[in-house]
Amino acid sequence: MGALGELERAVMDAVWDAGAAITAYDVQASLEQAQQRTWAVTTVLTVLGRLEKKGLVSSDRSARPHHYRAVASRADHVAELMHEALGETTDRSGVFSRFVGGISAEDADMLRSLLREG
Amino acid sequence: MTSVDLASAAAVPLLVPHATIVAVALLLAVVTIALAGPVPVALARASWPSRSPVLALLLWQAIGLAGGLSMIGALALGGYSLVPSWLALLPAAGLAVYLLTHLAITVVQVTRQRRRHLVLLDLLAAPHPTETATRVLDDAAPVAYCLPRGVGSVTVLSRGLLDTLDADALRAITAHERAHVEQRHDLLLLAFRAWRSALPWFPVAAYAEAEVAALIEMLADDVARRDVQDCDLARAILAVGAGRVSGAEPAEPSTRESDRFRRLAA
Repeated sequence: MGALGELERAVMDAVWDAGAAITAYDVQASLEQAQQRTWAVTTVLTVLGRLEKKGLVSSDRSARPHHYRAVASRADHVAELMHEALGETTDRSGVFSRFVGGISAEDADMLRSLLREG
Repeated sequence: MTSVDLASAAAVPLLVPHATIVAVALLLAVVTIALAGPVPVALARASWPSRSPVLALLLWQAIGLAGGLSMIGALALGGYSLVPSWLALLPAAGLAVYLLTHLAITVVQVTRQRRRHLVLLDLLAAPHPTETATRVLDDAAPVAYCLPRGVGSVTVLSRGLLDTLDADALRAITAHERAHVEQRHDLLLLAFRAWRSALPWFPVAAYAEAEVAALIEMLADDVARRDVQDCDLARAILAVGAGRVSGAEPAEPSTRESDRFRRLAA
């Protein structure tokens, strides 16, 4: 992952950790604390804009400075990823290759007996 | 001018005897019917593909490709033998365009789904400390999958999986996923998925896809088995799969998925 990817992740972490709507200045402060490094507010705003375009962050532009909040929690997104990769509902063939889907009880027993012998 | 005049005006002199065109068209029609029914059914029922997945995969590709081409050819020649005009080729051209359009749509769909998934992975899954192109998803369920897309392929392992499995079993999983990535199995699946989406009313297309998917897993297992013991692979499969109920695959597949596990015991 490139430097921009790292920064996006750090900004997203700041938004998630905040739990409520925060401003770019709050994100900047949180980054500074986490990374011991100061990012320009314009950079933070650019990243927030990218995250918004990706549908991960929503903004309230009526407030000054603008407020940003996470569209969904970290756990929700992890659940979404797991569901996408493993769920039977979405058409995932060719998109993902999972190591193994579910296995039947008989197949599981057969593999267990193989392991006992080995 | 009547329509008959129009047809004769557009007529092209035949380079081969009419009877030959009819014969070839009929032959192609027979090939199409064979490749649409009895041949894939027999292949899906046979037991040897589990022993030689490579050969079986080649056959499935040949069946898919030849089936499509013979269908187009039969339509083109059949039409031409009835009306010797380029207008008679339109149905065949339409079919070709229809099939290619479905392939294009499938590519776009798959690419979009992958991109969206990768965006989230970038933000949520930390890079694995030692394995390259591998990410760790913070979830307790034991899960392993990969997003195969050539150079940018990513293997995803869950924290639950890393906590449960020993190094050898994990190595079996990464070797298996690496095989998918290196052999570009995603492209093969993509082609069969496009085939199914173009012919949704055609059950053979659905179970061809299921067969190909199962054979690909065997192939990746075989690559992994060069590096790891069968029992390591079996342990990994049990850890990931035992907690989940099987089934609900597209179409009702053969027992090919079980065959994958039976081969380890053989």
